[in-house]
Amino acid sequence: MTTAASPASPAPAAPARTVLAQFRSKDGEPTGPPLQLPVTTTAKELALVLNQLLANDEPLPYTFTVDDDEILTSIDHDVLTKQQKSTEATLIIEYTPQAVFRVRAVTRCGATMTGHADAVLSVHFAPDSRTVASGSGDATVRVWDLDTATPKATLKAHTNWVLCVAWSPDGNTIASGGMDGLVCLWDARSVKGTATKPLAVLKGHRDAVTCLAWEPMHANAACSRLASGSRDGTVRIWDTKSRTTEFALAQHTKAITCVKWGGEGLIYTASRDCSIKTWSANDGKLVRTLAGHGHWVNTMALSSETLLRTGPYDHVSAGKKWSNATEAAEVARERYRTGHKGAERLVSGSDDFTLFLWTPSASKQATTRMTGHQALVNHVTFSPSGARIASASFDKSIKVWDGFTGKFLFGLRGHVGAVYQCVFSADERLLMSASKDSTCKVWDLRTKKLKGDLPGHADEVYAVDWAPDGERACSGSKDRSLKLWRQ
Amino acid sequence: MPQNEYIEEAIKRYGRRFNHEERMRKREARSVHKNSATAQKLHGLKAKLHNKKRHTEKIEMKKTIKAHEEKNAKTTAPQEPQAGAVPAYLLDRSSQNNAKVLSNMIKQKRKEKAGKWNVPLPKVRGIAEDEMFKVLKTGKRQTKQWKRMVTKVTFVGDGFTRKPPKYERFIRPMGLRFKRANVTHPELGATFTLPMIGVKKNPSSPLYTQLGVITKGTIIEVNVSELGLVTTGGKVVWGKYAQVTNNPENDGCINSVLLV
Repeated sequence: MTTAASPASPAPAAPARTVLAQFRSKDGEPTGPPLQLPVTTTAKELALVLNQLLANDEPLPYTFTVDDDEILTSIDHDVLTKQQKSTEATLIIEYTPQAVFRVRAVTRCGATMTGHADAVLSVHFAPDSRTVASGSGDATVRVWDLDTATPKATLKAHTNWVLCVAWSPDGNTIASGGMDGLVCLWDARSVKGTATKPLAVLKGHRDAVTCLAWEPMHANAACSRLASGSRDGTVRIWDTKSRTTEFALAQHTKAITCVKWGGEGLIYTASRDCSIKTWSANDGKLVRTLAGHGHWVNTMALSSETLLRTGPYDHVSAGKKWSNATEAAEVARERYRTGHKGAERLVSGSDDFTLFLWTPSASKQATTRMTGHQALVNHVTFSPSGARIASASFDKSIKVWDGFTGKFLFGLRGHVGAVYQCVFSADERLLMSASKDSTCKVWDLRTKKLKGDLPGHADEVYAVDWAPDGERACSGSKDRSLKLWRQ
Repeated sequence: MPQNEYIEEAIKRYGRRFNHEERMRKREARSVHKNSATAQKLHGLKAKLHNKKRHTEKIEMKKTIKAHEEKNAKTTAPQEPQAGAVPAYLLDRSSQNNAKVLSNMIKQKRKEKAGKWNVPLPKVRGIAEDEMFKVLKTGKRQTKQWKRMVTKVTFVGDGFTRKPPKYERFIRPMGLRFKRANVTHPELGATFTLPMIGVKKNPSSPLYTQLGVITKGTIIEVNVSELGLVTTGGKVVWGKYAQVTNNPENDGCINSVLLV
């Protein structure tokens, strides 16, 4: 194997040491025959070799790991010396494809958008990354135009704080849930000014609506179903066309903290009664109860979440339009099929300082219990491909775990106050976190270090979101402003 | 004005009239008319004072009536959204607001500055100099009186060497030098003899602290490595403060309580 792209062999005195290496994909299948590679092979050269073996048309980027240790410089340096492996045994090199596009780190504040009269409580980018919606304590939802950083519309219908906003996967509707127990639907394409009337005001919950989840587009081309979880312990599935409750899921005894609509026809609900329940999306029957947490379950994340949230849009199709909803749904289905392999995974974070990784469709026992945090876990998120999990906790740290096994990879320290939310960039190389200490931080996941500090907010940062196309990130804070960050 | 409580005594002994409650009730019912009559008949300064008092009374009455009415009325008027908006994940979580944290920090700093610690014996009797020191007369004619001898128990430390006798002003007699103290753990109740490391503070005077004098109420530092205490970070604790609780010069031993 000395023909392909190996450097000018060093060590004129001693013979160039070689090692027997076997490439293996993430699912465990060996790729190609075992090869004899010189120990000074770098990661770039390994990538070249692998691309040739797989006969890719374009050279794709990969990361190589041996026993979960990434090869950054060369086999010799990273594997043999660091791990002290001998050259006798065959090295199993696992490769994982990286995202083809690279997101540049957001380093500077592009714009500060003020206008809200009270703290900004939640921020959500549209699936096509053109606009962002923010819900605030002054009972309004504002839709901002990102190119000019000005409010496109101010939507008033709530009478109390707007706790959550969610875009439908086709980008046509915005749903907002508030402290007054109402869920308001707005037509995203035609909002303008301050006098827009909501498409629908859905009444039914008796207490604050804490979380919203749209049905994925590949299951419902018209995006007409929405799930809302409330502090009164019930989850209502609404039909947006008829503006009624299709059914209510009322088995939880305490407030619902998180609702997620999975891609396989299951709805997951997490509650303060320490349990997570899975329901069938067709008829609302309880499928499973996932018990295990010792205290309130605060947050959940699905491995397919980014795919479901963006529907047919991906990082290149930002401005695309499809002729009709079914075509868009087809694209979304295709994206989901290729993007997400295997059973859907669910990770949940709780007040008992631990996280659990579940495969709800398979069993009601947790796959892994992930411990290590020293204070409650406030937010968990999967990376867009589902390979990594990040958890933000009140102990001022963020921990990154393997998305398939739940093994702890590394921790990120730097914040001086509780970390409220964290979000991956679209290419998974960067992680952004929002904290009580009024800063956001961008972390590089390759070097596992802080890439940049984003100060500028005057008070606690409550919400952060990264645009699905990776261009911009937005953070909302208690100081009533939103900041747009770009490179 | 009755002298002494003969009226109350009589009521206690013999009780009230049979129609007492009835009479009181009727008197109250009539009082409305009576007040009205006096209000009309009063004139001059008395009237002015009465009217002023009555005016304030009426305002109070109207306020309470209105408050009661509001309580009974059920309105569904849209209220303003309350202040203190928090995102969904912070609902029902009591977070100490920044003002409270800052004021606590300031209070802590003030306490530290004032030197007020939470100790078992907060107040101790101050010891005067003539009780603490005995004057020594030196010199050929025994007229020089600048030397003092300490009459209380002292702690001098390991590396202590006396100053040249010609220059030492304070003499700490070897008989009153102690190295170990009996330390009681307040929660466990057990007592250990532990070697002392030093005298941290004598409440009577900083001069006594410098000399190492140990009296009741003095804070001393003791070597607790024998107890095997470990901090939350995993480090071994080897020194802790204790406060002396007896008069060592009278008892011949130093008894103290550990400050945990």
